[in-house]
Amino acid sequence: MTRRLVSAVIAMVGALLLVSLFLHLVPGDPVDVMLGEQATQVDRAALRQAVGLDLPWYAQLWTFARDLATGELRTSLPPFQRKVLPALGAALPYTLLLTVSAMAVSLVLALPLGVMAAARRGTPVDAAAMGVSVAGVALPRFWLGPVLIILFALKLDWLPVSGAESWRHLVLPAFTLGTALAAFLARMTRATMLEALREDYVTVARAKGLSPGVVLWKHAFRNALLPLVTVLGLEFGALLGGAIVTEKVFAWPGMGTLLLTAIEKRDYNTVRATVLLFTFCYVVVNTLTDLTYAWVDPRVRRRS
Amino acid sequence: MSAAQRFRLNSWGARFGLAVACAWVFTALFAPWLSPHAPDAIDLTRELSPPTSGHPLGTGENGIDVLTHVLYGARVSLEVSFFAVVLSAAVGITLGGIAGYAGGLVDEALMRGVDVLLAFPGILLALFITAVLGPSLANVVFALSFTGWTGYARLTRGQVLTLRERDYVQAARALGSGPGRILARHLLPNAAGPLLVQATFALPGAIVAEASLSFLGLGVPPGTPSWGALVDQGTQYLLVAPHVALFPGIALAVTVLGFNLLGDALRDAMDPRHEGR
Repeated sequence: MTRRLVSAVIAMVGALLLVSLFLHLVPGDPVDVMLGEQATQVDRAALRQAVGLDLPWYAQLWTFARDLATGELRTSLPPFQRKVLPALGAALPYTLLLTVSAMAVSLVLALPLGVMAAARRGTPVDAAAMGVSVAGVALPRFWLGPVLIILFALKLDWLPVSGAESWRHLVLPAFTLGTALAAFLARMTRATMLEALREDYVTVARAKGLSPGVVLWKHAFRNALLPLVTVLGLEFGALLGGAIVTEKVFAWPGMGTLLLTAIEKRDYNTVRATVLLFTFCYVVVNTLTDLTYAWVDPRVRRRS
Repeated sequence: MSAAQRFRLNSWGARFGLAVACAWVFTALFAPWLSPHAPDAIDLTRELSPPTSGHPLGTGENGIDVLTHVLYGARVSLEVSFFAVVLSAAVGITLGGIAGYAGGLVDEALMRGVDVLLAFPGILLALFITAVLGPSLANVVFALSFTGWTGYARLTRGQVLTLRERDYVQAARALGSGPGRILARHLLPNAAGPLLVQATFALPGAIVAEASLSFLGLGVPPGTPSWGALVDQGTQYLLVAPHVALFPGIALAVTVLGFNLLGDALRDAMDPRHEGR
C-alpha cells in the first residue's frame, strides 16, 4: 500500500516536471509559442517577466509549483492576470459530474448485457449483445455526439442541444461519453462471467438446487465483479480524456472546455494547471481503485 | 494447429477486418485516382447539397465534394497512424528490451518514466504536446509516439523477463553470445506474437487519436482532410446538411471496427486460451 502511494507521488511529480518544463524542451523561444511571432517587443518583455521566463528553468519550476500549491497562479496573458484557481474550481465539478454519469450509464448498460450474454453463451442473444458491443467500441465520440444531437435534440426535440442548465442537458453528453466504455465493459463482463461460471462453487451451488438466477447473480456475478473494479479505475482515464472531446461537442463548461479555450488564447499557465488537474484526478482514482481492490479481495489484502 | 491456420479459420470477423484493412490502405494509396473531384475543387453553386449522382456523398462548405475528402481522409489517417505505430514500436521495443534484460536501476528508472507518461489520462498529453508544438502531421506523430511507446515497452519487458531464463537463452549465453545478439536473435523473435497483436490494436487507437486531435483543432493543419477535422467542420451544418458530418465519421468507425476485429482474430490465433475475451 505504501509502495502504491509512493509510485503515485512519483508519477505526479514527474508529470509536474514534464508539463512545466515542456516549453523548454522544444526548440525555439517559448514567448514565440505563446504570443505568436508577430508580437511586439513590449508584449514579449511583459510576458517574459509575468510568466517568469527571465528566470532559470529550476526557478521557474519552483515558482510554478509554489503558485499552483498556494493558489496564487495567474493566467499568463499580460493585461488581465486573473487567478487560475477559481476557473479550475468552477470547471472541475462539471467534468466530474459528466464522467461519473458516463460511468453510471456504462455500468447500467454493460452489466446486464454482459451477464445475459454469458448466461446464454452461443445463442443469438449472445451474438447480438457482442455484435452491439464490438460496434460500440468503434464509434468515435465526436461523431456519436452529433448523431445523438441530430436524433434527440433536432429531430425529436426531446433534449437540449448543448449547455449545462439542467439534468436534461446531461443526458446526451453522458451517453456520448459512456457508450464506448459500456461496449468494452459488456465484453469484459461476459468474459469474467464465463470464467466464474466454470468454477467449482458454481457447480456446487447448482447441485444444491439453487435457482439459476441465484447462482448467476449471487455466486458467479459477485466474483466476476472483482476484475471489473480494476478495469473501471483504469478506464476512468479514458473517460477523462474523452470528456475533452465530449465537452467540446456539447459546449459543456468543464475542464476540457477550459483547456481548449486556454489553448486558443495561448494562456499557458491555465493550460498547464488544467492538464495537471486532469492528471491528478486520474492518479487519485487509480490509487483508490488499487486500495479498493485490496479491500474487496481478502486474498490481495493478505499478500500486501 | 499453427497460429496461421487458426487465424484462417477464425470466422467472419477476421475476414471482415482483413478486408477493411486492405480497403483502407488501397484507398489511402490511390485516393487521387479514386476521387471523383479534386480535394480543393470548390463549387459555390452547389454548397451543402445532399447526395446526387455527381456528388455521391453530397457536398460541404463551398461545395467541396464530401466523398473526395473522405477518401483523402484515409490517406491522412494512414500516414499518421503508420508512422506513429512504427516509431512507438521501435522506441518501446528497444527500451523495454533493455529494461527487461538489464534489470536493476536501469529497469527501475525506465519503468518510473513509463508510470509518469501513463499518469496522463487518454489523449491529454498528446493534446498538450500538439498545442505547444502547433498543428502538423509530424507533430501529431511525435505526440502520439511520445506516449505510445509505453505499451510496447511494458510488453517487451514482460516477455524478456519470462523468456530470459529459458534453456535456449542459457545455451546461447553459454556459447558466448552477447546481450545484443541474445535480445535481437533469441528474445525478440519469440516475443513477436504479442507485439504484433499490440500493434494491431495500437493502429486503430492512433487513427482515433489523430481524428480526435484534429476534431479539437489540435491535430492536422487547417484545410487538411482528416476525418476528425471533417466532422468538426460538418457539425456547423448539422441541421441543414447532416451528411457533411456523418460520412467521415462512418468511414472512421468502419476502419476502427475492422482493425479491432482483426486484432481480436490475431490474438485468438496466437493464444487459443484467450478465445472469447
